Amino acid sequence: MLKELNKNKIMFLMLLPTLIFFLINSYFPMVGIYYAFTRYDFEGGLFGSPFVGLENFKFLWQSGMLLKLTTNTVGYNLAFIILGNGLAIFCAILLSEIRGKVFKKITQSVMFLPYFISFVLLSVIAYNMFNYESGFVNTVLKRFEAGPIDIYNTPWIWVFLIIIFFLWKNLGYSMVIYLAAITGISDEYYEAARIDGANIFQRIWYITVPMLKPTFVILLLFSLGSIMKGQFDLFYQLIGNNGVLYNATDIIDTYVYRSLKVTFDIGMATAAGLYQSLFGFILIMTVNYIIRKVNEDYALF
Amino acid sequence: MHTRVRARDSEFTLLFQIIAYSMILILSLICIIPFLLILSGSFSSNESIVRDGYHLFPTDFSLEGYKMVFKFPTQVLKAYGVTVFTTVVGTALGLFFITMAGFVLQRKDFKYRNAFSFFIYFTTLFGGGLVPWYIMLANYFNLTDTYTVLIFPGLMTPFLIILMKNFIRSAVPDELIESAKIDGANDFRIYFSVVLKLAMPGIATVGLFLALGYWNDWFTSSLFINNPDMYQLQFYLYNTMNTITFIDQMAIGTGVTLSQDVPTESTKMAMAIVVTGPILFLYPFVQRYFVKGLTIGAVKG
Repeated sequence: MLKELNKNKIMFLMLLPTLIFFLINSYFPMVGIYYAFTRYDFEGGLFGSPFVGLENFKFLWQSGMLLKLTTNTVGYNLAFIILGNGLAIFCAILLSEIRGKVFKKITQSVMFLPYFISFVLLSVIAYNMFNYESGFVNTVLKRFEAGPIDIYNTPWIWVFLIIIFFLWKNLGYSMVIYLAAITGISDEYYEAARIDGANIFQRIWYITVPMLKPTFVILLLFSLGSIMKGQFDLFYQLIGNNGVLYNATDIIDTYVYRSLKVTFDIGMATAAGLYQSLFGFILIMTVNYIIRKVNEDYALF
Repeated sequence: MHTRVRARDSEFTLLFQIIAYSMILILSLICIIPFLLILSGSFSSNESIVRDGYHLFPTDFSLEGYKMVFKFPTQVLKAYGVTVFTTVVGTALGLFFITMAGFVLQRKDFKYRNAFSFFIYFTTLFGGGLVPWYIMLANYFNLTDTYTVLIFPGLMTPFLIILMKNFIRSAVPDELIESAKIDGANDFRIYFSVVLKLAMPGIATVGLFLALGYWNDWFTSSLFINNPDMYQLQFYLYNTMNTITFIDQMAIGTGVTLSQDVPTESTKMAMAIVVTGPILFLYPFVQRYFVKGLTIGAVKG
């Protein structure tokens, strides 16, 4: 093997920085998985902390934390994937059939804007709209005598709010991808259908939607790869340290982050992180296997 | 018979156009209204916000929010400086590595490219989690409060490498590379003089993604930066949002109202605009390339 690499020395050298990057940034930390099996002791460091086997996992499971976090993480991600792609496909189809060019350009730009802003700004928007005293929503409600709602203390509302904010932020981005796929569909199909007497709804349903399947599957597989990771920025910026909302909105990522920054429970945080990685890995392997059985072209590997 | 069918089709099409235009219009408004709320809040007097709440148009126009932000400009300027530096350096360095990697990985005559591709891609499937990564960067490499830690993690992602690989593959024909080799050029020369020019659209797109990532980053600061002079912009905004609330709540606890001296609501909004302003300003010019690049990448990918 070394001889082969030597022949292509320059190419290998050009690739080397990238390889080193992933070695340091992604592979080295895997050694730290060992923390998951210790009760981390700051004095002892990695090898000085007492080994406690699966105790951290036992605690996470028995306290119900693991189940709650998994339910939330998977649940939200499924909603994101299904609703996100559904809405994106819907809007892409609408936009692709709209005739007015100027209207198309302007609305596409406007809808892409939310993707650009940071999640911190998103939390400012949420605050602006939902805070108890002066939030826009409460201002409007007060006008109609419907009284202000303490949104920041009402957990169940946030299930919907988080999903809505996710859609708001990502619609423009996903829409662009589906629009690109739609423009790739040959006009001949539509012409043939038109001659056969199909109206526009039929043309969309029988041609456009099926031809978007490959794009959807690829995006689906990409999203599944991070199904256990979830949109940390989104959740943390909207929920922050508001403990009241944790039950309905805590995902593995936010739990791990807080365990690291607030409670310094290294062992527990690593255990949760390991569970996350393992579960995600098994999940994507399984789904990829299933898809490969159904249609080999679609599978990632 | 044909005319009747065509007439019905044009009815459906009209209905469809109406649905399409109205839906897209509504969604576009939903995308832009939150920004208008923040903008209006930033130009309102704090009292009007506390009294009447947030509105789409300021009920009492005032610049006091901005005055407060610019009373102590050094912090904001420092945050700007840090963020501009990390964005420029990170994007340049990242692009350098990513383009080289993309070029090498799409070369069919590079024997082990599949193995190396998998090496890179595997990091999206499984990882050590947040905690080991944090401990490695903070403790073992001692990178707290350094520019390195702000720049390093964001240099590249597997997604961007694959994107670049596809761009280069479609922009640079194999024959061109072969003829350059016959002329005696080595791989780096080919990369430098040929590939970089031909793949410019792809480079612009990946560059924009990188830059956006660096500009909006708050996460790295929150974990690794304790020195307030080195906070990135978004983290600075995040801090300000939470600090003002904290001070305000503290004030309520002691029975002292600070709302005369610290215009909290309008200051928060003004701060948000000051921090996000450049992005919103550059957006119209920049989004075109984003959309174009994403479109090309999506079709080829």
